Amino acid sequence: MRNPQLDAHGELTHLLTLEGLPADVIVRILDTAVPFTSIAERDVKKVPLLRGKAVFNLFFENSTRTRTTFEIAAKRLSADVINLNIGASSTTKGETLLDTVDNLCAMNADMFVVRHAQSGAPHLIAAHLNRTGRTHVHVVNAGDGRHAHPTQGLLDLFTIRHYKRDFRNLTVAIVGDVLHSRVARSLIHGLTTLGTPEVRAVGPQTLLPTALSALGVRVCNDMREGIKDCDVVVMLRLQNERMHGALLPSAGEFFKHYGLTPEKLAYAKPDAIVMHPGPMNRGVEIDSAVADSDRAVILPQVTFGIAVRMAVLSMLAGN
Amino acid sequence: MLPDAEQTLNLLADRMRGAVAFDALFVGIHSGGAWLADRLAKLIPGDHPVGYIDVSFYRDDFRRTGLKPEVKRTELPFEVEGATIVLVDDVLNTGRSARAAINELFDYGRPGRIELAVLVDRGGRELPIEATYSGARLAVARDLSLVLSRGADGTLVLATEGPARDDMAGGSDA
Repeated sequence: MRNPQLDAHGELTHLLTLEGLPADVIVRILDTAVPFTSIAERDVKKVPLLRGKAVFNLFFENSTRTRTTFEIAAKRLSADVINLNIGASSTTKGETLLDTVDNLCAMNADMFVVRHAQSGAPHLIAAHLNRTGRTHVHVVNAGDGRHAHPTQGLLDLFTIRHYKRDFRNLTVAIVGDVLHSRVARSLIHGLTTLGTPEVRAVGPQTLLPTALSALGVRVCNDMREGIKDCDVVVMLRLQNERMHGALLPSAGEFFKHYGLTPEKLAYAKPDAIVMHPGPMNRGVEIDSAVADSDRAVILPQVTFGIAVRMAVLSMLAGN
Repeated sequence: MLPDAEQTLNLLADRMRGAVAFDALFVGIHSGGAWLADRLAKLIPGDHPVGYIDVSFYRDDFRRTGLKPEVKRTELPFEVEGATIVLVDDVLNTGRSARAAINELFDYGRPGRIELAVLVDRGGRELPIEATYSGARLAVARDLSLVLSRGADGTLVLATEGPARDDMAGGSDA
């Protein structure tokens, strides 16, 4: 079966996951994002690329940062943005996901940015659009369950490339709640596709998925061993809302073993950068002394995220 | 027979000398116009800071051709507001690239004056846009695109390529 994200010419038509996305497509997205970074520094923070296009933000799950940055990205491309807070709308009245999509298509939607608690929901929408011949409508996955968050993965890759230039000599540690993290999954696929020689997943066994080594990831339960000589440390948020059952003794216990403090960061390379997809839990996975230091590139990640999403939206709209 | 690009550049510089303001900013349209802007800034008397513009985000054929693979960065390291700007491009054809570049300049501020300098004017205008200075006028078959390239030693060379896939898709449809 053809990769459902690519059209017959191998061009990106939906962005659903970084898994299986060819390296040249990923690099092209990152390259396209570079000129978009400068638009924010201008007098008029807008280009007319998506003028007249209707972008629907379909958020079935809460989000502030991702929804806002997608909205800013679409608006800086001059698209019309419609935000749907689905929790408060038709699905609660019993409408199915695909009926909602068909109705929005009847309103002449050009693009859907979808976040859903169920893994695979954006894929379902994309397959439905392809099957019904609506190939001019594009879907961007803005996070589905534990599965994927490709634009976050891309902005993480963009940030790493910005500070470290090349992936082929890097050691990257992803620390914390890897089990519940679609961010981690997308980043791991992106890093391995771009040839990162060492990716480590660091955390307690209860928060690491069992199949990690199949992805080419080195698993470490000890934090100091896990971040030793790393170039990049990616801290993940402890996802309390997705935890069912006793995976951890307490947040304080977690911080003691896996919270990133200046003392633990000293095990990484002296020029290692610290990333976090947000929202941060200070004192749970990261110490304020690290989060506010010049090693942290957490706020540049947010800024780069807008440029990366502009690149994705404009590449999809042009294909 | 195509004219020699280096000689045409000298002709263009001769026409600009004495006419271009001493403090005019030069803005080259990527890629050919950027090379020309660098060269002209040194040939024309006065102090001419150089900026570069990539009009990909402003083109009117985006719906038909999508985003081209390599978008370069627009870099205007000066204040556009009130300035005299000489836009520089390699080939003037339909006028759509110049239109896109003027639109983009206005998103950085309101220039006091914009002039257009092109190496070659090949006719075929689809918009009411004319060059202030041009090095040569040239008739080229409609289905051929006219391309400026730069050798390793920096020498500029004009060549035809084609037939063009699409009137707007080539790099020479300035």
